[in-house]
Amino acid sequence: MTATVEAEVVDLAVTPLRDLNQRLHDVALAGEGPSSWRIVNPRGAHAVACGLDAELDVEIHGHVGYYCAGMNKLATVRVRGNASTGIAENMMSGLVVVEGSVSQSAGATAHGGLLVVHGDAAARCGISMKGVDIVVRGSVGHLSAFMAQTGNLVVCGDAGDALGDSIYEARLYVRGSVAGLGTDCIEKEMRAEHVEQVRELLERAGIDDVGAADFRRYGSARQLYNFTIDNAGAY
Amino acid sequence: MSGGWQPGLRESALFDRNVIAEIQRAAKEGIYDIRGFGAKRKLPHFDDLLFLGASVSRYPLEGYRERCDTNVTLGTRFAKKPLELKIPVTIAGMSFGALSAPAKEALGRGATEMGTSTTTGDGGMTPEERGHSEVLVYQLLPSRYGMNPDDLRRADAIEVVVGQGAKPGGGGMLLGHKISDRVAAMRDLPKGIDQRSACRHPDWTGPDDLEIKIGELREITDWQKPIFVKVGATRTYYDVQLAVKAGADVIVVDGMQGGTAATQDVFIEHVGIPTLCAIPLAVQALQELGLHREVQLIVSGGIRSGADVAKALALGADAVSIGTAALIAMGDNSPDYEAEYQKIGSSAGYYDDWQDGRDPTGISTQDDELAARFDPELGGRRVANYLRVLTLETQTLARACGKSHVHNLEPEDLVALTIEAAAMARVPLAGTDWVPGRSPF
Ligand SMILES: Cc1cc2nc3c(=O)[nH]c(=O)nc-3n(C[C@H](O)[C@H](O)[C@H](O)COP(=O)(O)O)c2cc1C
Repeated sequence: MTATVEAEVVDLAVTPLRDLNQRLHDVALAGEGPSSWRIVNPRGAHAVACGLDAELDVEIHGHVGYYCAGMNKLATVRVRGNASTGIAENMMSGLVVVEGSVSQSAGATAHGGLLVVHGDAAARCGISMKGVDIVVRGSVGHLSAFMAQTGNLVVCGDAGDALGDSIYEARLYVRGSVAGLGTDCIEKEMRAEHVEQVRELLERAGIDDVGAADFRRYGSARQLYNFTIDNAGAY
Repeated sequence: MSGGWQPGLRESALFDRNVIAEIQRAAKEGIYDIRGFGAKRKLPHFDDLLFLGASVSRYPLEGYRERCDTNVTLGTRFAKKPLELKIPVTIAGMSFGALSAPAKEALGRGATEMGTSTTTGDGGMTPEERGHSEVLVYQLLPSRYGMNPDDLRRADAIEVVVGQGAKPGGGGMLLGHKISDRVAAMRDLPKGIDQRSACRHPDWTGPDDLEIKIGELREITDWQKPIFVKVGATRTYYDVQLAVKAGADVIVVDGMQGGTAATQDVFIEHVGIPTLCAIPLAVQALQELGLHREVQLIVSGGIRSGADVAKALALGADAVSIGTAALIAMGDNSPDYEAEYQKIGSSAGYYDDWQDGRDPTGISTQDDELAARFDPELGGRRVANYLRVLTLETQTLARACGKSHVHNLEPEDLVALTIEAAAMARVPLAGTDWVPGRSPF
């Protein structure tokens, strides 16, 4: 669909980041402007394409630094490279795809939308997530889904230690091994509705070589929802 | 028989009645005491400072006739749209959740009437609050409850909360009975749980990350809004320097007396340093960077009167912020509710259970019936009246010192009543040239 649209090309080797982000924001402010963007030479810049608020298609060719697509709304942002800390942090809606791997706190506190990571995600993937869907093709690091509130995290590889520590109502699906579960996180039964949910998420993420039935589900034991002295050791 | 004094009875200074009651309570309940309000212990404070009014060596300004300006501009360093406030007293961040919606509205109304700002809190921005606050500062807290780029763009400034004076190093708490349907929905949490919010931000740690985070917030808001960084007072000199290096436009330093809606008593009373000594540390940090007055300093924690405001400004703050006093102005701890305070085991003048949601005044509650008692228009008027008095008192003191703007007050206008206060505030002990730790006796 985007193939027919001539993409607006921005070279971050010559264009300051501020100008790029302002132009992307101006489309939302003005309600018109190019919808398809191609960003080259990001060279690890931070805050690339953050705060978008329109149905844009943004393709970034290269590696990005912290907070790429931070607080995204509506836009589709595709990183053809790796991303550092906090990719799509606090995303509200839209789609963020990283073809490489991502550093810590991917999708932190995000409220909506879909984040897809084709490589691995480091520690704290989905920390404090508040409704986002995250699909990781590879593995996730320790303390992933720490204090995760709602939303779904699908990990096709393995999960590091302390998965889902102090988790609230988010659903975690892991296909591989889990090094350890965090406080108040337990394995839960994978019922048909859950298989269906994983299948649907994988489909939306464009991952078609992984079977939804191979996943196990983890979530909150809800033992820490109210202070009780018998849990003192867990706090 | 009542527990009054009789000959031969001697109370222990070490194990006084409060200590004994707390040991008994702990033994019974097996969990620490969580409460609202700020530190209750006696601490060196602004009461220990006095102004040197003008006399022969300098002349005062005529009260009411000669101008003494009070305006302050916040966020002149990088933001395209700094805040222009008419008075140097702002309303501190207090969450919807901790406070009822009408109480938040009243704070907005009062602040707006007086031309100053109010602040959201750990729970996001409500439409009532935005609607009634001409100038609204939006907090970015570790929990990120309700954090939303639309609200970020709707805000007039952004405050990155690293910590609070009542609990530097601690996260938020909101106990189950205050997690109503609306609060739960705004925070994406199940209803009725005891919510513990994180003490560290989920996507950054340390000053270098903070700089990148501030950069992102500026990019999202197109460099329009001032960015504040709020810290609880502890290693204030270093924290202020690092926050400035990270790119803050405004630094908020909250001393250990600062109020809270819900924190462990042990935390409130034993962590942090008094507001009095935090100000000179922050000012020193800014001066050494050559940025005092260019990066503005807001001070909070125990501001009660115009005297406190004037003294904070004289020590080098650009503005102060109030929490507890604003709640009291709205009717908290009012004797009008004595009978109801008694019913919940408290009394007007002592009430600090802002965590438990049964506030008879309707201020620190999410109970619809209690909240409905609180009239936001009347509450707003009281907040405005109180802010007016703080301002008039501050001007009175400034004029007495011969200042045509409250910002012209300076440490040189102050002396201390105690050696502790002299050392902490870095002003001489009254009647001497002695600043302990600075000048030889
Ligand atoms: C009821 C209440 C709720 C508070 N909620 C927050 C909050 O959400 N975020 C925050 O940074 N500080 C919060 N604080 C602290 C205030 O912002 C401020 O630092 C403090 O009240 C200043 O001290 P004072 O109460 O002595 O004026 C709260 C304080 C109170 C009394």
